[in-house]
Amino acid sequence: MKKLLALLTMLALFTAGCTNEQKPVEPAAKATAQPAAAKQIKAGFIYVGPVGDAGWTWSHDQGRIEMEKAAYVAPSTYIESVPEGAESARVINGLVQKGHNLIFTTSFGYMDATLDVASKNKDVIFMHCSGYKSAENVGTYFGRMYEPRYLSGIIAGKMTKTNSIGYVAAFPIPEVIRGINAFTLGVRSVNPQAVVKVVWTQTWFDPGVERDAADSLLDVGADVLTMHQDAPATLQAAEARNAYVIGYNSDNRKFAPNAFLTAPIWNWGSIYTKTAEEVQNGTWKTAQIWSGMKEDLVQLAPLSEKVPAAVKQLVEEKRKAIVAGSLHPFSGPLKDQTGKEAVAAGVTLDDGALLGMNWFVEGVQGTIPQ
Amino acid sequence: MSLQFRVEKREQGSALFRTLATSASVLGALFVAGFLLLSAGVNPAAAYMEILREALGSTYGISETLVKATPLIITGLAVSVAFRMQIWNIGAEGQIYMGACGATWVALFSGLEAPLILPAMFAAAFVAGGLWASVAGLLRARWQVNEVIVTLLMNYIAILLADYLIYGPWKNPDGYNFPLTAQFSDAARLSEYFNTRLHSGFFLALFCALAVYLLMERTIWGYQIKAIGSNQAAARYAGMKTGLAIFLVLTLSGAIAGVAGFSEVAGLQHRLQHGLSPGYGYTAIIIAWLARRSALGVIIVSLLMGILLVGGDSLQLSWQLPVAFAYAFQGLILFFLLASDFFINFRLRRVKEDADA
Repeated sequence: MKKLLALLTMLALFTAGCTNEQKPVEPAAKATAQPAAAKQIKAGFIYVGPVGDAGWTWSHDQGRIEMEKAAYVAPSTYIESVPEGAESARVINGLVQKGHNLIFTTSFGYMDATLDVASKNKDVIFMHCSGYKSAENVGTYFGRMYEPRYLSGIIAGKMTKTNSIGYVAAFPIPEVIRGINAFTLGVRSVNPQAVVKVVWTQTWFDPGVERDAADSLLDVGADVLTMHQDAPATLQAAEARNAYVIGYNSDNRKFAPNAFLTAPIWNWGSIYTKTAEEVQNGTWKTAQIWSGMKEDLVQLAPLSEKVPAAVKQLVEEKRKAIVAGSLHPFSGPLKDQTGKEAVAAGVTLDDGALLGMNWFVEGVQGTIPQ
Repeated sequence: MSLQFRVEKREQGSALFRTLATSASVLGALFVAGFLLLSAGVNPAAAYMEILREALGSTYGISETLVKATPLIITGLAVSVAFRMQIWNIGAEGQIYMGACGATWVALFSGLEAPLILPAMFAAAFVAGGLWASVAGLLRARWQVNEVIVTLLMNYIAILLADYLIYGPWKNPDGYNFPLTAQFSDAARLSEYFNTRLHSGFFLALFCALAVYLLMERTIWGYQIKAIGSNQAAARYAGMKTGLAIFLVLTLSGAIAGVAGFSEVAGLQHRLQHGLSPGYGYTAIIIAWLARRSALGVIIVSLLMGILLVGGDSLQLSWQLPVAFAYAFQGLILFFLLASDFFINFRLRRVKEDADA
C-alpha cells in the first residue's frame, strides 16, 4: 500500500511538472493585434467524419490546408465527426463563439443548423456544402461530381468482363443517385450489355458495413466495383478478391495498388481559397455555387497503368468535351430503369432536375425507396 | 505466497460513502485521462477548466447542457422504471424514434392547430412508444421471451421504419428529394427560452421525473413493481399479477421513452430526419444504472453527462485534439463510475492460504 502511495505521489509530481504553456486558442486577441486593413480570415470547418477517413473529410481537410497558404488566412480550426442534425448547431455556434468569421459546414445534414446559427450571427459568413438553402450570410457550394463519375463509368464499362459492375452507395439521396446514373451512362456508352448493381449502406462512413456490401457485390459476380462512401473498405474488398475498383473522394490508390483504376475526386482547395479571398476583399456575396471539371473543383484521378492506352485516349477526349461544354452526361435520349423514355432526344436535364434527381437510368439494378 | 481474493457482498453503504466513492472514481478517471492529455501536449488542468467553462461558463453553455440533458433524463427515467422490476428495456432508442414518428405524424398530417396540436403530439408519442415496447412486454409476460433481445432488435426495426418514412411517404415535397420531412409549423414547436435552444422539453423532463417518483414511491402499483422486482415468486404468492405487471411496466417504459422523441422533434429538430438520436437510448441504460433507478439520481447523472458531452467539444475546439480524445475521455469516466459501483456493492477480502481448504 505504501509503495502504491509513493508511486501515486510520484505520478502526481510528474503531472504537475509537465504542465506546458499551451493555452486555448484565443483568436480575439490575435484579431485586435492586426491592422484593420488586413482583415484576418479565421476559418472554421465542421466535418462529418474523422480527418483520417481517407475520403470525404480528408479531401475537405486537404482543401483547408491549401487555403491556409494564403497570407491573410490565420490558422484555421476543424471539428471532426460532428453528428448531423440538431447536435451540430452547438458545435457551429462554438466556432462562432471562438471568433471564427468564415465557417464551412461540409455535410448536407448541417443545413438547418447552419442557417439557424447564421440567422443569429449576421457578421459571420457561412458556407454550407451540398444543401439547397441559402441566406444573406450563407452561401452553398458543391461540385458536379457526375462529370468525372461519367468518365469513370467509361473505364468500368471497358474493363468489366462479366458485364456486372457493383456500386456501394451510401444513402438514396439525389447527390448519390445522380452519381450512380452518370456512372451508368458512362458504362453503357461503351458497353450497352453491362449492368450496375447498387447496394445501399445507409451510412457515409462505416468500414465494416461498406466492406460487407462490397463483398456481397463481388459474390454476385461483379468484377469492377465503385462506391459513394467515405471509407476505403470497398477498395480493400476489391484488392482482396482481384477485382478492379474505382475509388471516390480522394486519390486513394494506396489502399488497392493492384485493383485501383481511377477515382472521381474533389479539389476543395480551389473553392476554399477563392471564398477566403472574397471575404478578405469584401466582395463575397451569397451564391449557390455548383462547379464542375471546368472550374477544377472535381477531377478524375490519374488512370492506373491497368487501363489500356486506347481507353485512356477515349476518356481524355470525353473529358475535353465535358470541359468544353459539348458533352453533357444527362443529354437525351435517356431511358429510365423500366425502359421508358425519361429524357427526350435533344433535351438536356437542367440543374433543378439534376439537384432533385430521384430515378435510375436504364442499366441500374437497384431500387430507390419511394 | 500467492494472493487470493474473495468477492463479498457489502452491506448497503451510507449515502456519504456512496457519494465519496463516486466522486473518487470521477477523480480517478480525470487522473488517468490527464496522462492522455499530457501525451498530446495539453495541460490537463487547463483542459478540465475549459470543459467546465464550455458547459457551464455562460448562459449559452448552460442552456446547451440542459438541452443535451433533456432526452437523457426522459429516457433515463424510462429505462429506470423497468429496471425497478429487473426488466431490462434496451429498446429506448427505438422507442424514441417511434415517439418521434408519432409526434411527427400529428404535426404534419393531422390538420390539428394550436392549442390542441402539441398535446396531441405528446399523446401520439406516448402511445407510439408504449405500443412499440408493449410487443416486448407481451412476449415476455405471455411466453417468457427474453425482453433484452426483443427490445434491442426492435431498435433496428424502429430506426429503419423512421428512415422509410423519411425517405418515402413523409419526404418533404418541396425538399428537392432530400430525405427530410417538412418543418413543423410554429404551433407544433415547443417554446424556447432566453434566446437559446433551451425548450420546454426540459421542464417536461423534470415533470416526468416527478411523475415517475410519485408513481414509484407513493402508489401501491409502484410498491408492487419493486416487490416483483426483488422476488417474483414471493410476489406471485402474495397474489400479485406478475405477468400483467411486466406487460404494463414495459409499456410504460416505452411510452416515457416515446416522450423523449416528442421532445426532440418538437423542441429541437422541428422535423423528422435521419440520426434523430445519437444513441440516447443506450446512454440511458448507463444513466439508469448509475442513478440506482432513482428519479432524482437520473436527473443528476443526466446533467453530469450533459456537461461531459457538451464540454467534450471544447477539447477539439480549443486544442484541435482528435475526436477520439472526447470518446476516450467519456469512456474512462464511465468505466471508473461502473467500477466504483462494483466496489460500493462488494468488497474484496484477502483469502489466507492457511485458511481451511
